Amino acid sequence: MPRVLVVEDSVSARAFVRAVLEGADFASLQGGTEVVEASNGFDAMRLLPRGPYDLIITDINMTDINGLELIRFVRSSAHHRTTPVLVISTSRTEHDVERGLQLGANGYLGKPFTPVQLREACARLLAAGHSATGASGSPVGRP
Amino acid sequence: MIEGGGGRGDGPDKARDEFFSEAQELVEALGRDLVGLDEALRKGQVDAELVNEVFRGVHTLKGLSGLFGATRVAGLSHQLEDALDDLRLGRIDLTTSVLDLLFQAVSLYTRLLVAEKGEAPEPIAEVDALLVAFSALSSRRAGPRAPTVAEYDLPPGLFGVLTEYEEHRLRTTIQQGLGLHRIRVRFSLSTIDSALDELKASAKPHGEIITYLPTGTGVDAETIELEILLASNESVDKLRAVLTGPNLSIEEVARRTHASDRPSLPAPPPSIESRPPASPPNAPAARGVSAPDEAGARTAMAAVSPPAPARGVSLAAEMSLRSITQTVRVDIRKLDTLMTIVGELAIVKTAIARLSDRARNRAVGSREIAIELQRLNRSFERQLAQMQGGILEVRMVPLGQAFDKLARIVRQLSREHGKDVRLVATGAETEIDKLIVEELSDPLMHMIRNAIDHGIEPREERLRVGKPTVGTIALNAFQKGNQVVIEVEDDGAGMDPAAIVDAAIRRGVVSAEEAQELAVRDVFALVFMPGFTTKQVATDLSGRGVGLDVVKTNIAKLGGVVDIASDLGIGTKMTITLPITLAIINVLLVNIGGRPFAIPLASVDEAMALDEAHVRAIESREVLTVRGASLPICRLERLFGMQPRGAAKGRAFVVIAQVADRRLGLVVDDLVGQRDIVIKPLGKSLSGTRGFAGATELGDQRVALVLDVAALIEEVLATGETRFLVHGDAQESSRRRAPQRRA
Repeated sequence: MPRVLVVEDSVSARAFVRAVLEGADFASLQGGTEVVEASNGFDAMRLLPRGPYDLIITDINMTDINGLELIRFVRSSAHHRTTPVLVISTSRTEHDVERGLQLGANGYLGKPFTPVQLREACARLLAAGHSATGASGSPVGRP
Repeated sequence: MIEGGGGRGDGPDKARDEFFSEAQELVEALGRDLVGLDEALRKGQVDAELVNEVFRGVHTLKGLSGLFGATRVAGLSHQLEDALDDLRLGRIDLTTSVLDLLFQAVSLYTRLLVAEKGEAPEPIAEVDALLVAFSALSSRRAGPRAPTVAEYDLPPGLFGVLTEYEEHRLRTTIQQGLGLHRIRVRFSLSTIDSALDELKASAKPHGEIITYLPTGTGVDAETIELEILLASNESVDKLRAVLTGPNLSIEEVARRTHASDRPSLPAPPPSIESRPPASPPNAPAARGVSAPDEAGARTAMAAVSPPAPARGVSLAAEMSLRSITQTVRVDIRKLDTLMTIVGELAIVKTAIARLSDRARNRAVGSREIAIELQRLNRSFERQLAQMQGGILEVRMVPLGQAFDKLARIVRQLSREHGKDVRLVATGAETEIDKLIVEELSDPLMHMIRNAIDHGIEPREERLRVGKPTVGTIALNAFQKGNQVVIEVEDDGAGMDPAAIVDAAIRRGVVSAEEAQELAVRDVFALVFMPGFTTKQVATDLSGRGVGLDVVKTNIAKLGGVVDIASDLGIGTKMTITLPITLAIINVLLVNIGGRPFAIPLASVDEAMALDEAHVRAIESREVLTVRGASLPICRLERLFGMQPRGAAKGRAFVVIAQVADRRLGLVVDDLVGQRDIVIKPLGKSLSGTRGFAGATELGDQRVALVLDVAALIEEVLATGETRFLVHGDAQESSRRRAPQRRA
């Protein structure tokens, strides 16, 4: 059963993601999905050592540690270097999205997104993570 | 839960409920932050952090409303976000007019969310009007600023992880001439939230934190090392002295050029930075030295929204402050406690089952059963009481929830009225049942509206009579026994008893003869009568038919009372007295005419045997002398039109009921005892019956009516009370009429 870490400071956005990933359409294909929620960057850091995760979904604009810093942290840690990362953020932050991808995020989904879009993006990243661990496209490194 | 199609916006139902409650919280926080910005702006300051908070709130709201298909909320947020982004990135200035628009947006959000739930039509015209005003704001932003960050010797990876806003703050602080410092600090992951809050608090007076970077080095699973970038004009030595900690070190970020003269400004290109860097953006000093393009922008601003807010989205439209969801957020520990009690109750249940088994098999004697049952009953009662307390606690919320919204209303109303008014609230932490807070916000809004409309004088008038030009409305809340008292006090013109009596007679609220006999306090009470209003010309605030009588009715529905006191020329004070909760109440069970009735204990002062020898009749009213004072009494059996049970009549009892400072003796046949009850409404057909708050089941197949003491006192004392008081016992009369006037 894939484990997904959702890092997002909005409780209803987390509930949305959880409902989609645990919903029958998605979970049945994956053999169920376990969703772990983190409400901010520090929360995520507390939860990361309790991994592994098959996918990390993160927002960008969060207080204290922002999503970009989290991505860098994830990419530089030994255990999560290759975990697929999906950025969910609003379209205003193109600048932030680009940086996220440069830092090694594997995908981006602009808010608002539909359940279908989220399902597809997650399925793609989970499949990529299974087929070629670590070779998920984006280089791991810094500008 | 999730439809196969999954079109845009059809979020799963449970998540959708979360959306409404989170959206509501976000909008309430927006209102609070705007009030904060307004206060700072009055002192000529712009709180950049708060502006960013507002931006983040709207940003989140936009993302969420899009996710859940609330397109109009999303649309408004989008436009608002643009304006706020310009504000926080310094492209437009925060002015009172801009704040007006933001406050209007908060009002509209609430209405849009109600519409989104399908409970009201969408305020389309108002939204459109506001959108136009906002787009006019955004169209006159200044150009981008040139980076000067390159001068600093910052780690190469840094820019990769700064968000757009953080990068902007970095540039701005550098342009303001602040130095940069890197704080390296190690925290335990388990305590990082509180530790970081402490660090933030001690750093705040000395500078601005730009970003927090986890370094990813020297970290085991339990600790984390952060590099914090701090912009400050203090020396590194000073910072080292004020920011201390076991695993903390501070380094100054070196400048590549001008390395020797750190304190001097990095001389920004004049065409880009036209404002004196050190001044807050809106300080009066900055106005005089605006570059031409900025001055032009200000003129444009003035054209966009005149000093008074646009009428299109005026507060008149905002009729209710009620929340759109009834969610209570609960500390999980409180629920754990309840869960523990449930566990204990389960044990009691098992014991009862075992006992009944043994009794059926005649394995125990009846005496043994009785003893065991008594023990179980005690345990059961104890657990139930704890459970009750626990659930009540979960329902309790601080009154501040309502106060926050009122601060926004005061700001908005005073702007619309051209009066300068400040709201001073105390006791916001006073806790009361969530349901009451909800039902209370609208009456409080009306009272405050009334104070601003009729109480607080115009500026010139205040100057003339030697009052401070800024009017004050004080909102005080405190707990008093089982009741919560809320006072709304203004330092306005006060009420003229003669004018009130005149108006009341003109409108037929009282006859001229009745008016003659009214005591001062009863005169003020006239303003709560239906159809009463003294202002000859209805203002756009008061002119929509919502009088104080509605306030009184709504408070009465909550089992509370409103009192009023006023001093001409000094001010008016309205006092609301409310029970803490409506859910479970402690009552005194009594028998009247052979039937059980319940009297809420919160309004019972004392109970005693009735000594008929001390009853006198004064002008068709019975009065009991209690410890030398007179107390009007009411024989409930007679009032309720029940068959007098002459034969069984032995001694009777009198229950002295008190609400606020009105007392009435209720004569009953018998006192049964105290009990906690759950009060149930009487149902539709009886809902108009005055004098009864509801009914409760006694557990022995009998139902008791619960007396509405406030209504009874009102009903009984209103008929001839004034006569009684004017001619009644002098001592009692003077005690109850303790002068309201503050000398």
